Amino acid sequence: MLVPLVLQMNPDASTIAAGAPIEVDLAPIAEGQDIKVFWRGKPIYISHRTKKQIDDARKVTVASLPDPESDEARVKPGKDQWLVVIGICTHLGCIPIAHQGEYDGFFCPCHGSVYDTSGRIRSGPAPTNLPVPPYQFVSDTKIQIG
Amino acid sequence: MSGPSNYQPTNPALKWIERRLPILGLMHSSFVAYPTPRNLNYWWTFGAILSMMLALQIVTGVIMAMHYTPHVDMAFKSVEGIVRDVNYGWLLRNMHASGASMFFIAVYIHMFRGLYYGSYKEPREILWILGVIIYLLMMATGFMGYVLPWGQMSFWGATVITNLFSAIPYVGDSIVTLLWGGYSVGNPTLNRFFSLHYLLPFVIAGVVVLHVWALHVAGQNNPAGVEPKTEKDTVPFTPYATMKDAFGVSCFMLFFAWFIFYMPNYLGDAENYIPANPGVTPAHIVPEWYYLPFYAILRSIPDKLAGVIAMFGAILILAFLPWLDSAKTKSSKYRPLAKQFFWIFVLVCLLLGWLGGKPAEGIYVIAGRILTFCYFAYFLIVLPVLSRIEKPRPVPNSIADDVLAKSGGKSAPMVSSVIALAVAGALFAGSVQDARAAEGQEIPPSLKWSFAGPVGKFDRGALQRGLKVYKEVCASCHGLSYIAFRNLADAGGPGFSMAQATAFASEYKVKDGPNDAGDMFERPGRPADYFPSPFPNDQAARAANGGALPPDLSLITKARSYPRGFPQFIVDFFTQYQEQGPNYVSALMQGYLETPPAGFKLAEGSYYNKYFPGHAIKMPNPLSDGQVTYDDGSPATVAQYSRDVTHFLMWTAEPHMEARKKLGMQVFVFLILLTGLLYFTKKKIWANAH
Repeated sequence: MLVPLVLQMNPDASTIAAGAPIEVDLAPIAEGQDIKVFWRGKPIYISHRTKKQIDDARKVTVASLPDPESDEARVKPGKDQWLVVIGICTHLGCIPIAHQGEYDGFFCPCHGSVYDTSGRIRSGPAPTNLPVPPYQFVSDTKIQIG
Repeated sequence: MSGPSNYQPTNPALKWIERRLPILGLMHSSFVAYPTPRNLNYWWTFGAILSMMLALQIVTGVIMAMHYTPHVDMAFKSVEGIVRDVNYGWLLRNMHASGASMFFIAVYIHMFRGLYYGSYKEPREILWILGVIIYLLMMATGFMGYVLPWGQMSFWGATVITNLFSAIPYVGDSIVTLLWGGYSVGNPTLNRFFSLHYLLPFVIAGVVVLHVWALHVAGQNNPAGVEPKTEKDTVPFTPYATMKDAFGVSCFMLFFAWFIFYMPNYLGDAENYIPANPGVTPAHIVPEWYYLPFYAILRSIPDKLAGVIAMFGAILILAFLPWLDSAKTKSSKYRPLAKQFFWIFVLVCLLLGWLGGKPAEGIYVIAGRILTFCYFAYFLIVLPVLSRIEKPRPVPNSIADDVLAKSGGKSAPMVSSVIALAVAGALFAGSVQDARAAEGQEIPPSLKWSFAGPVGKFDRGALQRGLKVYKEVCASCHGLSYIAFRNLADAGGPGFSMAQATAFASEYKVKDGPNDAGDMFERPGRPADYFPSPFPNDQAARAANGGALPPDLSLITKARSYPRGFPQFIVDFFTQYQEQGPNYVSALMQGYLETPPAGFKLAEGSYYNKYFPGHAIKMPNPLSDGQVTYDDGSPATVAQYSRDVTHFLMWTAEPHMEARKKLGMQVFVFLILLTGLLYFTKKKIWANAH
């Protein structure tokens, strides 16, 4: 008897339908640019990284990071230039600004967390890296998020 | 205490009712004959004050629900509609919004009173626990109510607070999804919060009935902490307590009215006058002042889960107070050590509140940890230990003895604690302001405005000139979407006649339709139309302005602020200073520098402004001397333009300001007279009881 009364609170059918995977065309994003799309009400940053940005992300010793994770593990193989992360600061849920901060990655204006060009936390109060949403390439220039 | 009623109605109709439903006898025994200790001080009037506040919140809330729309696209606008268009809507809204703060001020005093005088001790444990439940329900209600206006702080407060539940292991994320009814805070969340915000006050009212019932079974505690023994120890509730409570309520109303009519935004956050935007986070997310101590406890614990447990534990620990403090003496008056620790505890709570408004970094985190420890230590170490080692002073034999012993006035400590509390309240408010500080922006100069102060009025000339500046300069990029042309003819506005407003409207082209052929068409504006926005949507506005969205100006003077610092904000409370918004807007328009200071890297497409947070603003310098021609001979200078347009924008943000201040004056005269009369009536009634 209680089950329907409680479970009605979960996302309804239309909300779930609206939260279905979305496709994003990457062709218009020039190198060095990034776009913000919304999926399930969350901002997703898609960055077309430059060679320098990729090299910066791979130069660091992974073990020295607060939340060790290699850049390779955060992008799809062979698609090194594309970084896709959920743009919600892991500290208290604010939205970081792209292309800011000393690592030219993301900078959260709320409490000063700095993320690098791989979306990994480098300094500030945030505990973990920006999460990578589930996504795959459906073609060379198109991804499906979700 | 309240035995069977001896109430015997004489009126045959009342007799008829009483035989079938003895409700009159119940009322009589509870609120007329009910014996109340004769030594109660004014701290005991806060029970009555809280009952009144609950009733007021329910009445104003139910009325506002008739005008409010719980939908993400319309909630903000419907609240503005209440304030602007509903008859006396601004009054109801101010009462409800500052009423929440007043409710919490009163409940905190009520709780500290119970703490000081040991009102939680045998036989009042259940009474106390019911109080803790009411407090928890109040916090939930207050939080959900703050979400309803759907401003930036509403949205982000809801995001941060609901995210607390994600700390629960394993099921946390599912619970958060369940609370949201989606994948982030959104329309389903707003809808259910509205439903619960409407429901919970009635649940509170129900628990209050139990609270009062338990009170009337155990009887009231009193400052001496000894139970009444004889007739001499008590006085009947009516007229003694009734009159005293009426006087207390009237004094509190004076304090309340100060906020309603003169400082409606003093306790609020300017950020909440910006509509909710899931894509942009405010720089500092600060909860309402009444949650700050618990917010500080949450943030001082480095582990997310432990922090959440500590925060809820800080409230729930109150329910165990009757068993943590087992001292036989109730009142701290006779407990020399407990008394000192009590005041230290009050200070700890205030400091925690202050810290809750500070950014969580550096020294604040360390201070937060120490104070969190002190908070819990009071309940878990100090009180249990004290109840074993403390040697209390002798308590009076009876309440009557206590009253006779101090027939000389003892008002000095009362006055000092009232002052302490007032300062403390202001400190809280100030900490909220402080949280928005330290952005490295220059403080705008404080200007003199004709609308400032308790009798301030708008300057019609300035409003008309400001409208001209808006129309000829600002309107090319900024909307004014909450203002209709008809408003120009409203009382307290720029003083247009209806014919002038109609003529003004007809100069605009307004999109209407669809017509019979299904096409949209343009027609001349009518008084009921709103100022058309310069861009069809936000995306177009951004695209035309280098990625930056020119904000709608209707509320801009209330949506911008800057901290005034300590102790200025306390002075501001008394001088009714609230012109930060206009000062900022006016300063911003004159704050452009041709060349940024050396060492400042200005991005392309940005301009340097002294007063803009971060200094790099996308809006080019909008004003130059002689740009707008004034018909009334006022100087055509940038300084004059900025002043006039700010004046105008203050009116668009608060079109009923003159009505508010005028009614405020009348209410104050009435309340002061009422309070005086009640004071002398009360004095007369109590003359033979002392």
